Amino acid sequence: MYTPKMHLTDEEMAILRGEKGDTLAKVMETVVRFGDIFDAPKLVPVTHHEGHLVTSFGIGLLKPLFKTMDELIQDNLKTKGPFTLDPRPIDYKNVKCNLLEKLVFSKIMYSKQDMYEEQLMKVGLKNKNAFSCTCYLDEVGNIPKMGDILSWAESSAVVYANSVLGARCNRNSGMLDLFGSVLGKVPYFGLLTDEGRKATWCVELKTTKLPEAQILGSAIGMKVMEDVPYVIGLDKFLGHELNDETKAYLKDFGAASASNGAVGLYHIDKLTPEAKELGEKLITKDAKTYVIDDEEIERVYKSYPIMWKKPNKRGNLVFIGCPHLTYSQLINWTKKIEKGLNDVNKKKVNRRVIMTCAPDVKEKFMRSEYYPKLISFGVKLSSICPLMYTNNPITHSKRIMTNSNKLRTYSMARYYKDDDLLALITKGEK
Amino acid sequence: MKTFKGRVLAGGYFKGEAIVSHQGVNTLATFQKSALKNAKQVIASDQNNPDLYGKNITGLALCLPITIGSTTGGLVIQTVCSMGINPSCFLFSESIDSLAASGIVLAKVWNDSKVICIDKLGDEFLNTIKSGDQIEVKEDGSVTIL
Repeated sequence: MYTPKMHLTDEEMAILRGEKGDTLAKVMETVVRFGDIFDAPKLVPVTHHEGHLVTSFGIGLLKPLFKTMDELIQDNLKTKGPFTLDPRPIDYKNVKCNLLEKLVFSKIMYSKQDMYEEQLMKVGLKNKNAFSCTCYLDEVGNIPKMGDILSWAESSAVVYANSVLGARCNRNSGMLDLFGSVLGKVPYFGLLTDEGRKATWCVELKTTKLPEAQILGSAIGMKVMEDVPYVIGLDKFLGHELNDETKAYLKDFGAASASNGAVGLYHIDKLTPEAKELGEKLITKDAKTYVIDDEEIERVYKSYPIMWKKPNKRGNLVFIGCPHLTYSQLINWTKKIEKGLNDVNKKKVNRRVIMTCAPDVKEKFMRSEYYPKLISFGVKLSSICPLMYTNNPITHSKRIMTNSNKLRTYSMARYYKDDDLLALITKGEK
Repeated sequence: MKTFKGRVLAGGYFKGEAIVSHQGVNTLATFQKSALKNAKQVIASDQNNPDLYGKNITGLALCLPITIGSTTGGLVIQTVCSMGINPSCFLFSESIDSLAASGIVLAKVWNDSKVICIDKLGDEFLNTIKSGDQIEVKEDGSVTIL
């Protein structure tokens, strides 16, 4: 048996010894070994029992995942509360695929999707609508309170929960998210502690206008990597209240910082909850400084490599919504596309455009006056994970355009600023 | 010959070639393409990492500061370990990050992987070692550039 370094209660030790089954013992061993690496002194209870898992895709080669799920199910182990998880990889209705693509997706890439979703239901999946990276939106409803301890994964959800909601969660990996939710306990270290939430970088924003959220997040992520940044100067543009608009900005900003770097928590001066409460006391004495001005934003933007095989050719597929769009963002994009098309007397966008949002957000949006408009422009609305779609070796070669820095990082997609992308899909050449 | 000493997270003996990334290794971006193809070796596919991009890392000692990127990272490391196409060693100059730690622990506990992992080797280690160097890694966490 593994000898833990951290202090475990009698009950936890009994689990580790296998008194509640071999599988739960392995779950406990994994969590304890993980915590020991970071000198966690103990396990602490998860206080928000709705987990969020990152692994939503039934990729055939993830055999270790399916085997572990089987072991959990055989021992009748479930999460303490219902969990949400990342978006599904395929949506043939709204993201059309040709026969070959379907063959690759359904028979090769995601051949275990149905089986895996059955496994997920058995261990505690909330419902069939629970597939979104933006589980924390009101429509989806997996919303922790300030100070809650979580066992979540999905880098963009973790950084949002920590930074915008003030919950406490480490950057857990897939499987560790599930194990913490099954045990109802996680190791106490890092972003769960007051000390671990202090900023070791002070970012001074000196731009003349609000930077694109996805570029600012990318710049900070690439600079601070896994450290905690405290951003001064962003409130000048975003104000001091967390409303739909600022939360959407911070969602996209955080996702870029987490995927282009490894940021799990950021503080925005005078805006995010801990920064409002503690201010610059959150900045450590020896914090490093990173100044971002207009030139730096442009330098970072221009540093993104273009991975298309034929970079001078026209892009033929657009993904907007990684992370998934909020309800307000969907309305804003609908209005912007309408204006863009009206300006040039056109009725439809000039190439395939797919917007993605949570299933619950989509249902709400479909009841709004904007949905028929968006569809009439030729835009498709899906709840797919664009990243999973681009993992198909065939779709890999498509010239995908996106305003997502996360999608750019993990695929061959080319990054465009919002306004540039809008101009290209409404006014650009057909 | 120069020897560095780190903290052993998963011990073992290795003698062979090093491959070095001076920036954080994005696990998903680096491994996904080869893993999805069910390839016999990992050709690093992270376009943002010029140190590794396009190079084989299977069976080598991957020397890096930390890993970065998506929280699928740990599961990706476990998967490539279970497929037997992992780097033989992960040698971190800094303290290991939570995603890589998850991957190493998952591979050990659930797949009985023989992957070697040492962290806290220091900045000088990463400044000294070069891709292609022959190295020897011992059970006690010492890494010698031969």
